[in-house]
Amino acid sequence: MSGRAAILARGLRKGYRGGGMALDGVDLEVEAGTVHGLLGPNGAGKTTTVRVLATLTGFDEGEAWVAGVDVAARPRRVRERIGFVGQYAAVDEVLSGRRNLEMFGRLYHLGRRRARARAQELLERFDLVEAAERPARTYSGGMRRRLDLAAGMVLDPRVLFLDEPTTGLDPRSRSEVWAAVRTMVAGGTTVLLTTQYLEEADRLADRISVLDAGRVIAEGDPEGLKARVGGGRVEVVVADVEGLAPVAEVMERVSGVPARVEVDALRVGVAFEGGGAALTRMVRALDEAGLEVEDIALRRPTLDDVFLGLTGSREGGRERT
Amino acid sequence: MRTLEGRAPERVVEAVEVERSGSWTREVVVGLGWAVADAVVVARRYLTHLVRRPGEIVGTLMIPVMAVLLFGFVFGEAMGAAMGVDSVDYRDFLMPGLFALTMAFGIGNTTIAVVTDVGRGVVDRFRTLPMAPSALLVGRGMADVVAALVDLSVLVVMGLLIGWRWHLGPWAALAGLGLLLLLRMAFTWIGIFLGLLVRGPEAAMKFFSLVFPLAMVAETFVPARMVPGWLAPVVEWNPLSATVLACRELFGNSVASGDSWVAQHAIPMAVVWPVVLLAVFVPLSLWRYRRAGR
Repeated sequence: MSGRAAILARGLRKGYRGGGMALDGVDLEVEAGTVHGLLGPNGAGKTTTVRVLATLTGFDEGEAWVAGVDVAARPRRVRERIGFVGQYAAVDEVLSGRRNLEMFGRLYHLGRRRARARAQELLERFDLVEAAERPARTYSGGMRRRLDLAAGMVLDPRVLFLDEPTTGLDPRSRSEVWAAVRTMVAGGTTVLLTTQYLEEADRLADRISVLDAGRVIAEGDPEGLKARVGGGRVEVVVADVEGLAPVAEVMERVSGVPARVEVDALRVGVAFEGGGAALTRMVRALDEAGLEVEDIALRRPTLDDVFLGLTGSREGGRERT
Repeated sequence: MRTLEGRAPERVVEAVEVERSGSWTREVVVGLGWAVADAVVVARRYLTHLVRRPGEIVGTLMIPVMAVLLFGFVFGEAMGAAMGVDSVDYRDFLMPGLFALTMAFGIGNTTIAVVTDVGRGVVDRFRTLPMAPSALLVGRGMADVVAALVDLSVLVVMGLLIGWRWHLGPWAALAGLGLLLLLRMAFTWIGIFLGLLVRGPEAAMKFFSLVFPLAMVAETFVPARMVPGWLAPVVEWNPLSATVLACRELFGNSVASGDSWVAQHAIPMAVVWPVVLLAVFVPLSLWRYRRAGR
């Protein structure tokens, strides 16, 4: 990684009041202008990490720097440089979208006039102009979240923390929020986001840290993480049980690795490197052998596979986030 | 916590700003200025809520208004008779009690507003802003005093309609209303503290059910001399009582106060009590706010 680190954390440790470690030595380095995803099961320490870095809660050991400022020593200076969007859309339900943004502008110590102008800019940028005068409680989930993001962007923060930005949103609202996040990053903001949705991390994050039990257990870009669990798989579905054996034989010959045959699913799969070209070779070989196939697909490993491989669980099942 | 002042990792060092120069006193003044400005912004937010949802004020006034009707007209004669005054004098006696009661019931609104803000993550959002840490709470306190002014105005009009009067001139009457607002300010901070302490509105309601008897076991409806002897000290030393007695004194109510020490020093005590409560609950609330969510 080259360039400046917008977020740097080393060996962050924080105990729960009742005992046990919420963070057990978290290391994190986020390059300026990128999106970094924190992924992990419930209770892994994602939210705690973000809360520590956003000055909402303290830590016991380690060091943390956000936008060039020591989090432990100068929390107030950190707050001037960050935006924080928590798990709940923390906008005022009664106030209109515009009044919400103006209020946050005032609290960021923009003057009255600048707060007003900034509110207008943000409403335009987050596509909320039409709803600007309506109370926020009448907004859809996606609109509310966009307003929430806009409120986090009042100062054009250098670093924006997003804690599960799309939890509970429908797919359409989710893609609205993703678009909004991309806009912010294009403007030079560094984003640290936590998510339970692997798809979200895959779509948004340049790099991902996988957390489990208060530690980072893997770090890398999405492709690299996927590569760690292996390349793609070619999967072929045949019409009947008799078709399985000859298809498996051809696939083993072409790929040079043993095939996995799932009799119930009438499916044969082999691990396979090489993407589209490999798929073409496989199709050609099956065709030349005169074999009928129902379906053929190249399946890339998903972050779900990564997650499963690394943590051994999809949803850790511990209580605290 | 280990800090690393002076040896920032090379990669995160960027223009570390030179501290704003200026004298210590100037910084304090500027800081205070912002703290007030921030609090006013927050207060405006809560006042907008009040305007958009007048139900809150109606809700707060429901109990005292019902009490005016019940105690003024249904039980008034009996209670007046027990005290040796007629029902008109009893209503004159009753109103200051109801004013103070309303101030106490404001605690409920404050607590619920704060609990809601904590639950919805609004407090977290505010805590990540570079604003004065006190502003959210002070702003709420300011808004509550304005709301109390509205409550009081409605009750004063109602009182005048049923025959309550101030007998010692407008300045004494205003002083009495001022003491009521001071009491509300103190109660507001109890409400804020409770709001930061409890989790969820249900838990807040439980606390509120404690406020109810405390507001009654005071000089509100009957004088201390008429409650059972073992309860009289509770009534006398209830912060509400000092304000009620002070108001009766300032409004020139004809029913004699008791001869307890508090009753003899009602006006100073109506200042001392709220100041003591503020001195306890303002720092407690600010402390709790800084630690919210830990």
